[in-house]
Amino acid sequence: MGRKLLLDKAHIEGIRYYDTYRSNGGYAAAEKALKTMGPDAVLEEVKKSGLRGRGGAGFPTGLKWSFIAKPEGVPRYLVCNADESEPGTFKDRYLMEFIPHLLIEGLIISSFALGANSAYIYIRGEYAWIPDILEQAIAEAKNKGWLGKNILGTGFDLEIYVQRGAGAYICGEETALIESLEGKRGNPRIKPPFPAVKGLWQCPTVVNNVETLAAVVPIINIGGDEYIKYGTGKSTGTKLISACGNINKPGVYEIEMNISVEEFIYSDEYCGGIKNNKRLKACIPGGSSVPVLPANLLLKTAKGETRMMTYESLADGGFATGSMLGSGGFIVMDEDQCIVRNTLTFARFYHHESCGQCSPCREGTGWMEKVLKNIEYGKGKMSDIDLLWDIQRKIEGNTICPLGDAAAWPVAAAIRHFRDEFEWHVAHPQEALTRNFGLAHYADPLPAPVAAV
Amino acid sequence: MAEVQFSEEKLNKVKEIIARYPAGKQKSALIPVLHLAQEAFGGWLSAETMDYVATLLQLEPIEVYEVATFYSMFNLKPVGTYLFEVCQTGPCMVSGSDQIIDYIKNKLGIGVGETTADGLFTLKTVECLGACGYAPMMQLGKHYREHLTPAKVDEIIAECRSKANAN
Repeated sequence: MGRKLLLDKAHIEGIRYYDTYRSNGGYAAAEKALKTMGPDAVLEEVKKSGLRGRGGAGFPTGLKWSFIAKPEGVPRYLVCNADESEPGTFKDRYLMEFIPHLLIEGLIISSFALGANSAYIYIRGEYAWIPDILEQAIAEAKNKGWLGKNILGTGFDLEIYVQRGAGAYICGEETALIESLEGKRGNPRIKPPFPAVKGLWQCPTVVNNVETLAAVVPIINIGGDEYIKYGTGKSTGTKLISACGNINKPGVYEIEMNISVEEFIYSDEYCGGIKNNKRLKACIPGGSSVPVLPANLLLKTAKGETRMMTYESLADGGFATGSMLGSGGFIVMDEDQCIVRNTLTFARFYHHESCGQCSPCREGTGWMEKVLKNIEYGKGKMSDIDLLWDIQRKIEGNTICPLGDAAAWPVAAAIRHFRDEFEWHVAHPQEALTRNFGLAHYADPLPAPVAAV
Repeated sequence: MAEVQFSEEKLNKVKEIIARYPAGKQKSALIPVLHLAQEAFGGWLSAETMDYVATLLQLEPIEVYEVATFYSMFNLKPVGTYLFEVCQTGPCMVSGSDQIIDYIKNKLGIGVGETTADGLFTLKTVECLGACGYAPMMQLGKHYREHLTPAKVDEIIAECRSKANAN
């Protein structure tokens, strides 16, 4: 069994409520941080832990915190990004629904380190029942003296508020989230200035993902030095993976970042293998925007090494033969799935979610959806495949925020690895309407890499 | 339609929301207050409702319109009493959401974006709602209905009908 740091107590009956959470060691980290450590020591511990942002980008959290500006007399804010909207990702929902106090405790410690006296949890609007759970946890914590004025007699004040969004993937991008929290459309801002300097209401702001903030709790409990003993290399600690698609046991799993992709998919501790004894065709390991990989490149890198569930190993080979750990939204596709159709749903998603500020994204996502629709419904031309490639190239890197890249990458990866499936759709328009291309050679063993001369 | 005016209770809630932000930043209350308004005034936001929210938060009407039109959860035209929002993005699609959408269309005799003649049901397709492990799924009011099958859809429809009859 892999060791756990976040979900180790998730199975305890009543852990959602303060008394049970507290009697099982909850708020010990907050007590330790506020009473014995001080803000700088907390920051040092988080830096030492090597914790990387769990929302998808994987940026070192300690470093992000260290950028926050501290002008005299200007309030600082901590914002929790609970806008979880990347297709395939549903891990933060699990944390908030079942162990809300872990997030509240993480917010207290992190706000203390940053010198923020107000923190906002910005949660996607569709998670409409979760704000009640969070607000109840906040009320319990406040009632027990963990929030409010002069917490534990330390002179530190903190209030936490929950803000619901209203349906917009783009608000997961931190500057769009800030705009939305200010009561505006979720249009990302041009950076710089970064939120650490001018964020919410033009004040210094840190935006962190739910899981990132929750991870601060075990880091303070066991110390940064102990935390890096979990995981591998620069992938320290544990990661929540939300697994879905054609597997026997979809759900949220906490993994130590030291297991192989193969073990994650096939072991009974995790996904439990492919449903109905089908064969694995492809997988999107880190949320819809990261490159899809065919089975053979998923389980082994192009160098023939075992692919591991770490930031580094999943990215091995770059976009040519690798992918990304991203948000941990792990989407598995069996031999019956159609790559063209799946790519079409993602193209439609990004078209729907583009905020419309930048022409390449606003127009390009629509064109990609249209061209993919033609190919999927038997009206495609061979030149459409190159056209798609051309469009995604012109979106990537040419927009204010990374939504453009997120829209381009899945299309690029699908063509890169599954071009013959696209060509088959074009060449056999009638047949493609009635059956799928199937597994083809996508699970075949890779040719042995040429030995370095 | 009744006059657009929040109850005393809702007005207190608005005050409570505004108090979450620093003085003068009541524009931040806009999205939460639009949620309240949509709930209070028939499940959608009419121009009158949006104007009312603008007055309440001391904003220009355009500031409210531009936000209401940006976010997909705000309905800008009337919807049925029960709004079925079925996810159709990749992970749900590979788990059979296309078949569930077709089943609902046939069962209710409506297309996507349409409302049944009795005004009870509206069918909408939506993009990823973060329930990919429990697919196929839909949002119904405040909650998610997951692991959908045709039989489960039948149960949900029957449940809505009996609720509607009880009211």
